[in-house]
Amino acid sequence: MTTNHTNHAAVSAQEGARVAPQGSSVAVRCRNLTKTYGSGDAAVRALRGVDLDVQRGEMLMLVGPSGCGKTTLISVVAGVLDRDEGECAVLGQDLASLNSSQKAAFRAKNVGFVFQSFNLIPTLSIAENVAVPLLINRVPRKEAIARGAEILAKVGLGDRTKSLPTKLSGGQQQRVAIARALVHSPKLLVCDEPTSALDHKTGQKVMELLRGIAMGGDLSLIVVTHDQRIFEFADRIAEMDDGRIERVTTGQGHAIAAAAH
Amino acid sequence: MYRLAIKMLMGDRLKYFGLLAGMSFAAMMIAQQASIFVGLISQTGTFIRGLPYVDLWVMDEQVRFSEDQQPLPDTALPRVRGIEGVEWASPMFKGWLPARLPDGTRLNAIVVGIDDATLIGGPLAMHEGTLEDLRRDDAILIHYKEAGTKLKLEKAGGRTLRIGDRISLNDHDAFVAATFDSDPSFFWDPVIYTTYSRAVQFSPPQRNLMHYVLVKLKTGADLEAVRAHIERATPYKALTQGEFISLTRDFIAEKTGILINFGIAIGLGFFVGMLVTGQTFFNFTLDNLRYFAAIKAMGASSWMLIRMVMLQVLVAATLSLGIGLGIAALMGQQLKETDLAFLMPWQVPALTAGSLLFISVLAGGLSLIKVLRLEPGVVFKG
Repeated sequence: MTTNHTNHAAVSAQEGARVAPQGSSVAVRCRNLTKTYGSGDAAVRALRGVDLDVQRGEMLMLVGPSGCGKTTLISVVAGVLDRDEGECAVLGQDLASLNSSQKAAFRAKNVGFVFQSFNLIPTLSIAENVAVPLLINRVPRKEAIARGAEILAKVGLGDRTKSLPTKLSGGQQQRVAIARALVHSPKLLVCDEPTSALDHKTGQKVMELLRGIAMGGDLSLIVVTHDQRIFEFADRIAEMDDGRIERVTTGQGHAIAAAAH
Repeated sequence: MYRLAIKMLMGDRLKYFGLLAGMSFAAMMIAQQASIFVGLISQTGTFIRGLPYVDLWVMDEQVRFSEDQQPLPDTALPRVRGIEGVEWASPMFKGWLPARLPDGTRLNAIVVGIDDATLIGGPLAMHEGTLEDLRRDDAILIHYKEAGTKLKLEKAGGRTLRIGDRISLNDHDAFVAATFDSDPSFFWDPVIYTTYSRAVQFSPPQRNLMHYVLVKLKTGADLEAVRAHIERATPYKALTQGEFISLTRDFIAEKTGILINFGIAIGLGFFVGMLVTGQTFFNFTLDNLRYFAAIKAMGASSWMLIRMVMLQVLVAATLSLGIGLGIAALMGQQLKETDLAFLMPWQVPALTAGSLLFISVLAGGLSLIKVLRLEPGVVFKG
């Protein structure tokens, strides 16, 4: 943890919510979430009663040691994994009440993903890669590619739309991944270790990009990271350990955003 | 998404061509083996098919295939001729006789004796000379290709048997008067045509030497009625061309084990093809698994993923089918000038297409299970 944290004591999710941006409504609200993999002696309790609120327009970072449940938590929040018990409302929708097709449709419309290893399809141009979420939402191909090119211009890759991902540097690829995550104007962006494959300078740029482009509206970001160097970009930081959120502290993200504006 | 699915399929050229090569090999194996089988089976009916103008073949009721020697008495001919609706009836001798070539090479030959007066039953196409040359003393006809293969003079340096050469048939002198042409036959011994009376003369003394009575019906005569009449009035059976071909084909298929052997070969082709295709396509999907996982996480429904993978399967299968069938057809074209059997009727491409489609959908389905059961960790982990 950096010295920016205002509260080093373990706080409840409600306490964390109090330090969230004033006046914004809740985008994600989880209560007593549990998730266990396997059964019997081999059972692994990945989540042991997690409470979490994420406000609209907020960047929340999930930090903690490997195996503490960060990935499981964002999987549940993003609707790619079912919880065992507890409640979880995302954008006011209880995901447990949806069947798999409805959940897929919900993700397609409302959730953007940035993956650790980018997961750009190597045989598609970057404009086509960025267009994938639009195509999933049945936007006509031509329009999807055009919108993909537009957002690529915003992340500084407007002149590379026809390039293949393998022709780009790691930082450029992550910018493409961010463009892909944002192209369909989601309400929730889930980023898994977005800077772990990048050097410090590039990582900083990527985070600046995320704050600069993604924030400002009512888009909420949940960023899973080990990278302490980017903690400063967070509005709040939730520390996880052994399947629980141990404490939630504030970051400098809000100040950075304000300064940028 | 479907154009992207195609680009995913074709984008990595090395993997794509590997996939096509594996699936094309499977298609080629199935088509080629099936075509050889069909060709062989078809060749069993070459002799019968060579007399398309014959409406009915009258033969001993125990005849099992076209080369079966179950002779009829001489009285069979006038009895058949006397039946109402018969335009004409011609005798035919068909049997194996020992032959000795000018250089002393000995072999067995299938001797066909046709009606002396009308020469009905002779080959349809002549290569050198005419059918009328059979009217010359001791005349015989030989196949122009067999003259240089089955009838070549082994002891004289492999010289082709030529018009004008004299050979011995069961110790009777015979003279090569002309050469004919016909489709290759399933049976391995050379075919020699001569007149019926000469064939009888060449044969060892025997009470009955007529093997078939070839029947042409009068215009407007009812085939079934005439056939029933023949079978009622004589102890013989009368078969149409198609029936006689089927009888011969079924007998050969059953007695030689060719059906089982080729069934095994086709089955092996299918099995190897299935392994190659399944493995190749499964690997292809596995290579793309994390991208499918990402697409799935981004909101693609299972149905959309199924359609994407199945589209990839169908595109790969269609292209491979074309390539595989093309290669098999080219191989067939190369075999055309030889006596080797190869026939590709529409059923062979249909069978190949069905098989490849089955293999591909199975492989696609197996790889889809992997796609549809993706763990969330795959989505978020590198």
